[in-house]
Amino acid sequence: MSGVWVVLEERNGKIGRISWEAVAAGQKLGAQLGLSVGAILPGADTEALANEAATKAIAKVVRLEHALVGAYTADAFSLALEQFVRQEQPDYLVFPHTYQVRDYAPALAARLGQVLIGDVTAIGDGPVFTRQLMQGRLNGEYKHAGGGTCFVSVQSGAFRADQIESGSAIVETFTPTIEASQIRTKPGEPFRGSAQTVDLGSAQLIVSVGRGIKEADNLPMVQELAAALGAEIAASRPICDNGWLPIERQVGSSGQTVAPKLYLAVGISGAIQHLVGMKGSQCVVAINKDPEAPIFEVADYGIVGDLFEVVPALTEAVKAAKQ
Amino acid sequence: MKMMVAIKQVPQRDVQVRIDATGKWIEESDLQWALNESDAYALEEALQLKEKHGGEVVVISAGPERVGSTIREALAKGADRAIHVDCDPGNLDVLGVARLLAAAIKSESPDLTLTGLQSDDLGYGQTGVILAELMGLAHATLILHVDKTDQGLMLKRELEEGWFQTIELPLPAVLTIQSGGNKLRYATLMGIKKAKTKEVRRVTAQDLGAPSTPAVTLERIAAPQKQKSTQMLGGSAKEAAAALAEKLKFEARVL
Repeated sequence: MSGVWVVLEERNGKIGRISWEAVAAGQKLGAQLGLSVGAILPGADTEALANEAATKAIAKVVRLEHALVGAYTADAFSLALEQFVRQEQPDYLVFPHTYQVRDYAPALAARLGQVLIGDVTAIGDGPVFTRQLMQGRLNGEYKHAGGGTCFVSVQSGAFRADQIESGSAIVETFTPTIEASQIRTKPGEPFRGSAQTVDLGSAQLIVSVGRGIKEADNLPMVQELAAALGAEIAASRPICDNGWLPIERQVGSSGQTVAPKLYLAVGISGAIQHLVGMKGSQCVVAINKDPEAPIFEVADYGIVGDLFEVVPALTEAVKAAKQ
Repeated sequence: MKMMVAIKQVPQRDVQVRIDATGKWIEESDLQWALNESDAYALEEALQLKEKHGGEVVVISAGPERVGSTIREALAKGADRAIHVDCDPGNLDVLGVARLLAAAIKSESPDLTLTGLQSDDLGYGQTGVILAELMGLAHATLILHVDKTDQGLMLKRELEEGWFQTIELPLPAVLTIQSGGNKLRYATLMGIKKAKTKEVRRVTAQDLGAPSTPAVTLERIAAPQKQKSTQMLGGSAKEAAAALAEKLKFEARVL
């Protein structure tokens, strides 16, 4: 067995921030268990990125290089990493929890008789891996049982990329054997959805509405509050899924990421997919009938109550306070 | 096109949860149950594909006896028949559950297997991808739209931060469906009546092969620690609203 290995992911020609966070998680594991930490960089042309990774305090950077892993497919990535894992037999394989990793890492783990412990938010002694359950209402603590490589993916923002120490790593190349005929899917180029006419990313004040609003007919009440505050209106995914507000107003992992001075969440329970899109806000206010809603964990101010009473009262109070 | 839809019964949203005596799961006697949301979208996609191209929609669900009510709900919405894999998933990891589902699905040889991208309770988001691996089939995740072509399927896949891509793949295949791609249907009274007479085939974990030892175990569950100290504003709606406006003006200084 050979220590902790972290799989890095290219984002727009660079190593993405969440990959550095995965390195931080890998270093934490390595320090805890006295294991060396390496990094794996899958791609077709990884020289520049590998040299960048080699400036960090990791033992080795492996360029998992093949023309067929240039454009992501689950088949090529699984084959390439499977060959690396079978040769190197890592104790731990750490991934950033991205859409791409979610697409292939569970299959790769299963091929090796393992289970990915996904979306991990903390690593404790043992090691014990913490991940969220029940849409963030509970945490679960997981352990790897039996032998073989333990597969872990870490949640965006859970580990500190700025705590990685610099150093100098050896760079090596591992060339997997992949045939074009083994790749069954044909991915197209990424494209944007509808034209963006609202830039929530630069909004100073946001009123965001969720499932608690119950019906589209109740939206004007929240829009009046937004108007009184001079705020943009935003929403959690179910509101846009229902077509009550356009998808460009969706905040969260699949929508926009915002960091306003005020984020006022109305009837939003605060599942992680939503929280990742707004937790950088300076001041978070939550109005929700459920005192256990995870949104209160990130809120500066909270009101537990019926939003159909609280929101109109707040609209009046805001108007009065602004006079 | 013969389609199978793997669905999961999950606790209803926004229910209060209590940790049970084992410390490893929640008190189930407190709960009401529902069809997992993204699985409802997977079922909807299958029903729409059947309306366009013909074929059959078979739902499959793993769990104890209680999942029967969620299976009936899917049948009432229009699935033709169902397979209930009777087991206690509490003793299995996600690979163990997927092995049971894969064994049962293989016996049906469907052209397309669909499931939701993630469950609302455990939230692993892995079952569909592992099913594809175990059945040796191509897969695609986070799918919003499915078109059948002569070669297979043309799909719209969601990426992060408002980006999408198209992806082509051959049949048979496995898809995980993202919510929001279609509008969900409700069961009609006629549908509910018909569902009572539709076939639900029950198979047990023993029927489907030797139990697997978990590779990963859930040791303990706990309430999360708060990341911020939240000022909770009490009183009547009017009092709380007035207090909040005050805080926003003088503490947060955003008014």
